Amino acid sequence: MPKKVHETPMLDDLERGPWPSFISGIKRLRDRHGDERINAVANDLLGQLEHSYETRKGYWKGGTVSVFGYGSGIIPRFSEVGKQFPASREFHTLRVQPPAGNYYSTDALCKLADSWEKWGSGLVTFHGQTGNIMFIGASTENTQHFFDEINDYGFDLGGAGPCVRTGMSCVGSGRCEQSNCDEMRIHRTLLNNFTDDVHRPALPYKFKFKVSGCPNDCMNSIERSDFAIIGTWRDDMKVDQAQVQDYVAKKGRQYLIDNVITRCPTKALSLNDDDTLAVDNRSCVRCMHCLNVMPKALSPGDDQGVSVLIGGKRTLKVGDLMGTVIVPFMRLKTEEDYEKLVELAEETIDFWAENGLEHERCGEMIERIGLVNFLDGIGVDVDPNMVNDPRQSSYARMDDWDEQAAKWFERRRAKETTAA
Amino acid sequence: MPDQMRRPIESGCPDGFQYMHPVMRRNYGNWSYHEDPRPGVLKHVSHDGEAIYTVRAGTQRILDVFTLRKLCEIGDEFADGYVRFTIRSNIEYMVADEAKVLPLIDALENAGFVVGGTKNSVAMISHTQGWLHCDIPGTDASGVVKAMMDELVDEFKEWNMPNRVHITTSCCQINCGGQGDIAINVQHTKPPKINHDLVANVCERPSVVARCPVAAIRPAQVNGKPSLEVDEKKCICCGACYPPCPPMQINDPEHTKLAIWVGGNHSNARGKPTFQKLVAAGIPNNPPRWPEATAIVKNILRCYKQDARDWERINDWIERIGWPRFFELTGLPFTKHHVDNWRGARNSLNASTHIRF
Repeated sequence: MPKKVHETPMLDDLERGPWPSFISGIKRLRDRHGDERINAVANDLLGQLEHSYETRKGYWKGGTVSVFGYGSGIIPRFSEVGKQFPASREFHTLRVQPPAGNYYSTDALCKLADSWEKWGSGLVTFHGQTGNIMFIGASTENTQHFFDEINDYGFDLGGAGPCVRTGMSCVGSGRCEQSNCDEMRIHRTLLNNFTDDVHRPALPYKFKFKVSGCPNDCMNSIERSDFAIIGTWRDDMKVDQAQVQDYVAKKGRQYLIDNVITRCPTKALSLNDDDTLAVDNRSCVRCMHCLNVMPKALSPGDDQGVSVLIGGKRTLKVGDLMGTVIVPFMRLKTEEDYEKLVELAEETIDFWAENGLEHERCGEMIERIGLVNFLDGIGVDVDPNMVNDPRQSSYARMDDWDEQAAKWFERRRAKETTAA
Repeated sequence: MPDQMRRPIESGCPDGFQYMHPVMRRNYGNWSYHEDPRPGVLKHVSHDGEAIYTVRAGTQRILDVFTLRKLCEIGDEFADGYVRFTIRSNIEYMVADEAKVLPLIDALENAGFVVGGTKNSVAMISHTQGWLHCDIPGTDASGVVKAMMDELVDEFKEWNMPNRVHITTSCCQINCGGQGDIAINVQHTKPPKINHDLVANVCERPSVVARCPVAAIRPAQVNGKPSLEVDEKKCICCGACYPPCPPMQINDPEHTKLAIWVGGNHSNARGKPTFQKLVAAGIPNNPPRWPEATAIVKNILRCYKQDARDWERINDWIERIGWPRFFELTGLPFTKHHVDNWRGARNSLNASTHIRF
């Protein structure tokens, strides 16, 4: 325990109440940890945080810190009030890539804990909003030591700055019946193809991949990633009619009508007189609602793959943007299928790296140049699945209409030939 | 370059299969359905009839190594040494033996963790870094979340809501916390205060000018020094200039406020994904417990719980009842600030006679 403990009346208030308290945790490091260095760091961190609570201001500033060979992965933090709180003056975060789906063995976590208390503050977050394990609080010197140690046993840094960022994937095929794809393989194939772009920031701004196994999109990929990969299926959903009847018997016909049939966004469902379900699969948009309500009775079909949406991001600078459908359906079974996905990502990042302005996300670039120019740039043909509606404004030049229409018919013919 | 510098092994994202419970590894891609035996517990059954139970517990997210080791110890005793974390920083234990579920819940609760957060509960609030570690925060994150979860803990532990509720917080208007059914985000109300002595040395001025969403910043000579000035009539007080130029201080103990947004929903279920909409602003940034913000969140939850139908998320509920009724039920004022004027704003106006009376 440090000789002089900072008074923290405001933070102390956050120790009461039923939810686990991060303040109690930092105090444990201050009072009970065997290493005096950690005691001192925790004490000064609490001191600075209390100062923030009292003055309602933050006191960290950025800087330049990296590990040898990388330009990314560390969030440098230097205290602006380091004179008052010297032990936590340098308090950098290391962003470490988790496995897809955030799976861990307790052995791996304990090993990370051992390394972290050797070199860092003993505070860690599972996970930051980008998806990294956040090791919060290392001095500039110890940053390298900690990285060397965990890198030796299989962990690597994630992205920070204008680069490909750490990806995120849902629990996926490991535990979820709604999964339509191999999230782990997609995630690792993409991320580890761009390792250089993760570690060496050289892009206009950040670029995020997120993988969700179904349209419930538990990873928020449409809203929060530049490149969203979402599992879906093309054939009919599977219906176990006995289970539907069982559901009606348990919950009642009205409940099923009010909570399943009428909630279908495309009116693709109907309840038959014998309490079985009729599905208009051509109208179904795979929204997942009915599957969520009746997971025993309804399941995704067999012809599974992914949809790819590009360009999602939060506010800065032009306002929030959702991703746009770029590939309505892509099978991911063979090696070649995965290569195609990687190629699409490479084309996208290359085109954006060439054409994006500084600090412009991919979606903002698409907003600026128009979707069609972006599609031209990455070599993808237009598809009616990409729009809510066709153009409403007549203010457009269309003198190559016949040529464009011919392309459509040519693609249709090619598709029919492949199908046959 | 010193010889002793170690070259990194660029292994990237590690293989997750080595950390996956054997039952899950064995049934990868082979799950048939799931059930919800009780709050905080999931039961997944594979096509081969094998089952795995998941117990979910809320944590403080900012974990000290003592807490991390405690969580691991519990995992070793009850869950064969395998865990995972959800996107909202809950820990999950996967258990093949049903008999271990209740003892696991007891062990977690005895150690101070809270079991819940599944199905139609209020999930753990997703949060950002805040004063603890961010370089541009207007408020704290962990403290806000702790204070609110203390008040919402029963809703985390039970299935009282019409559908799941995702709450997020963000400490600046860049909004790392993302979209939520309810979002509590910083909203600045005054333009940045500029330290003109520092701008020339600290900031790359053209980049800062380019960063402004409303072109309110221009280069200027101030007191004989190259600096930047802000057209305060144009300024929307978003703080976008502050990260690339820290001498343009946007955070203010009094004028940095909180705003509450509702109806963000990332799922494609029923409707297409939606962005959150402003419902309340001008809320004081009041540590250590932020009681004013918590009261508004609880009020919105109370109305939603009373009025929404099963499976309606907050956005579905408001779509059915309409915004006038939302403001009536919650008692929140509807002001001129609720009417959007950003690009695309026209799409948010009612161009019909669809009016509820």
